[in-house]
Amino acid sequence: MRILVAMSGGVDSSVVAARLMEEGHDVIGATLHLYTAPQQQAQKGTCCAGQDIRDAKRVADQLGFPHYVIDAEQRFQESVINHFVDSYVAGETPVPCIACNQGVKFTDLLGLAREIGADAMATGHYVRRVETSQGVELHRPRDASRDQSWFLFATTRAQLDFLRFPLGDMPDKKAVRQDAERFGLSVAHKPDSQDLCFIHNGSYSAIVERKHPEMAGPGDIVNQEGQVVGQHEGVLRFTVGQSKRLGNAASLQGERQMVVGINPQLRRIIVGPRAQACVSTLTLREVNWLIEPPLQGLECWVQMRAREVPRQARVIPFSENGALVSLAEPAMPAPGQACVFYQESRILGGGFICRPSQKINSEPKKE
Amino acid sequence: MTTPHPQRPMTYLDANATEPLRPCAADAMLEAARFVGNPSSIHTAGRAARALLENARETIAHALGADPLHCIFTSGGTEANALALHGLSAGRQLLIGRTEHDAVRQSVPTQAPLEWLDVDQNGQIRLDLLEQALAKPDALPAFVCLMFANNETGVLHPMAEIVRLCRHYGAHLHVDAVQALGRVELSLLEQHFDSLACSGHKIGGPKGAGALLIQNTTHMSFTPLFVGGGQEQGRRGGTPALPSIVGFAAALQDALQHPVAYEPLRHRLEQAARSLGAVICGEKAPRLGNTSCLALPGQKAQTQLMRLDLEGICVSAGSACSSGKVTISHVLEATGFGDLAGQAIRVSLPWNVTEADIEHFIQTYTRLVATSTKTP
Repeated sequence: MRILVAMSGGVDSSVVAARLMEEGHDVIGATLHLYTAPQQQAQKGTCCAGQDIRDAKRVADQLGFPHYVIDAEQRFQESVINHFVDSYVAGETPVPCIACNQGVKFTDLLGLAREIGADAMATGHYVRRVETSQGVELHRPRDASRDQSWFLFATTRAQLDFLRFPLGDMPDKKAVRQDAERFGLSVAHKPDSQDLCFIHNGSYSAIVERKHPEMAGPGDIVNQEGQVVGQHEGVLRFTVGQSKRLGNAASLQGERQMVVGINPQLRRIIVGPRAQACVSTLTLREVNWLIEPPLQGLECWVQMRAREVPRQARVIPFSENGALVSLAEPAMPAPGQACVFYQESRILGGGFICRPSQKINSEPKKE
Repeated sequence: MTTPHPQRPMTYLDANATEPLRPCAADAMLEAARFVGNPSSIHTAGRAARALLENARETIAHALGADPLHCIFTSGGTEANALALHGLSAGRQLLIGRTEHDAVRQSVPTQAPLEWLDVDQNGQIRLDLLEQALAKPDALPAFVCLMFANNETGVLHPMAEIVRLCRHYGAHLHVDAVQALGRVELSLLEQHFDSLACSGHKIGGPKGAGALLIQNTTHMSFTPLFVGGGQEQGRRGGTPALPSIVGFAAALQDALQHPVAYEPLRHRLEQAARSLGAVICGEKAPRLGNTSCLALPGQKAQTQLMRLDLEGICVSAGSACSSGKVTISHVLEATGFGDLAGQAIRVSLPWNVTEADIEHFIQTYTRLVATSTKTP
């Protein structure tokens, strides 16, 4: 069958393309041009192609299948980077990879795949797609250390039908690299990508601060009553639930503190005692179900960060795409992050964590 | 596993990117490649190589109404244009068309005073604006740089009028004739161009050879891009690429001796495209006979290119950078095409185009239009 492979230029998606070729499919490679790195912008008239695009083209040329570079720069700016900035401005901790998978990759590129007559689109994500008599399911991959299922909760059932994730059954990354060597791919020893693709020099804050200079710089750490209890070096270094980087405010009156809220406009970090700050219920928005929405509620396991052990919970859908989650044990979810529902290895759905409905006073107390 | 691309059956309609090698050019370059000598060497082998080089120079210069003494071989069109911009424009006000190729747009000397010249709704240079720029009372003498034919649309500028204005105001006229060479009449002497850039591989010669021709009445200082061993009368350092240059000369002779009647083929192609809803960019202006720029409202150029390519048809969109990413055409944007600037493909017929190629294109294009979803 004709399969479009979304190629990042890394070893994973390159191996996907090579394996599908080997299986005899009509492979077409596509690499999204998402952003222009600052060092490229600085050089007048340079080509947009960074190393990753060159690598993807090289692999396609080596293996002998057509490869195209798709311009998605404006769409990526609007749907991922701007959204990322807005989310920080709202005091949340966004997950831009989810927005990118959902928009640029699984909507735009997938649409293009259909338009050029592809029967499926494959990616190098570590996640398993399982076809059953009841339909297609999405599962955690065999290699738990590479699990990307959390980042893919927003995949719709129609998208899942069309997608393929050939690396879900790989035992580990070593096996993927061995495959790359077996195919003689130039990227066999390329290091894994780190951090968000559009962040250069490791600084999230620079991107946000460029648009919102008022958010840059040090500010106060306050308690839930609005009293100043310490200083911090920038709100963008904090996420709700975090206990690091609090300095003297890490412990107040003998109680360990954690971040319970962020007010970027006032450059305030709000802390509260760990023991009291946790919540038992949270509200989700933009919920996506990979099963029929369980109107009566659902006992399952939820994972609220990219890397954490799932917790027991009950999820109750409400309205069009909201859900209420009651946690078996209280926890401190970070607004903007995803809360993803699992049953054993299967991913059932998920949504984005709303800012807490309970009152967290972020305004300075009036005397 | 390092396998070359499988040879899919293909219809090549991208002459303006590069043309298939003419057999006579292949023969000539193979023969030249067997010559041992460096044309600069004084021994027998060097003299033999030099004779080949000078023969090629005479062939090309004479074909273009120029003096062989002022025919400077370069690596191609980009270098020839860059050499003119750097070598001949000192102390002059640069006037450059908005629809010029990147070879020109990106080669403008950074310190030079520069004015961009707008085009009209057909893509032709606005003569009134050119004259306005030339007639500015306290302006420096001008260096006007315009392409004879546009690479994306094939549109020809009103060159006779441009020449008249440039002569009247004492401007140097540099003509980028990369797309025009072999496809229209060109003569430096008769058409009064001050300099002209051209390239071998656009006319079925090998890649790697081009030339800058300068009118021998143009007396001015010349600054080379690189001096090296003083080759090309000190105007372009480096050992000349003899096989490519000899192939270039052979291809040019062949192109001039065997002109191709492109128009009937293009007419058929454009009629079919028009009936399918395509807009033909620049069709109201005089154009190169082999070039057709087809815009399909609501259809991204990128998707059209991919779909045609997967059916074995090689065409291009105006503005593809070296990564292959298709972006909006600056030529069509400058011509005022708006959204259509991102929805146009360029079909350009090579010297060996056949009726079957045109039929294949029409069939595939028809299928493409019939099965497309519009994405405004």
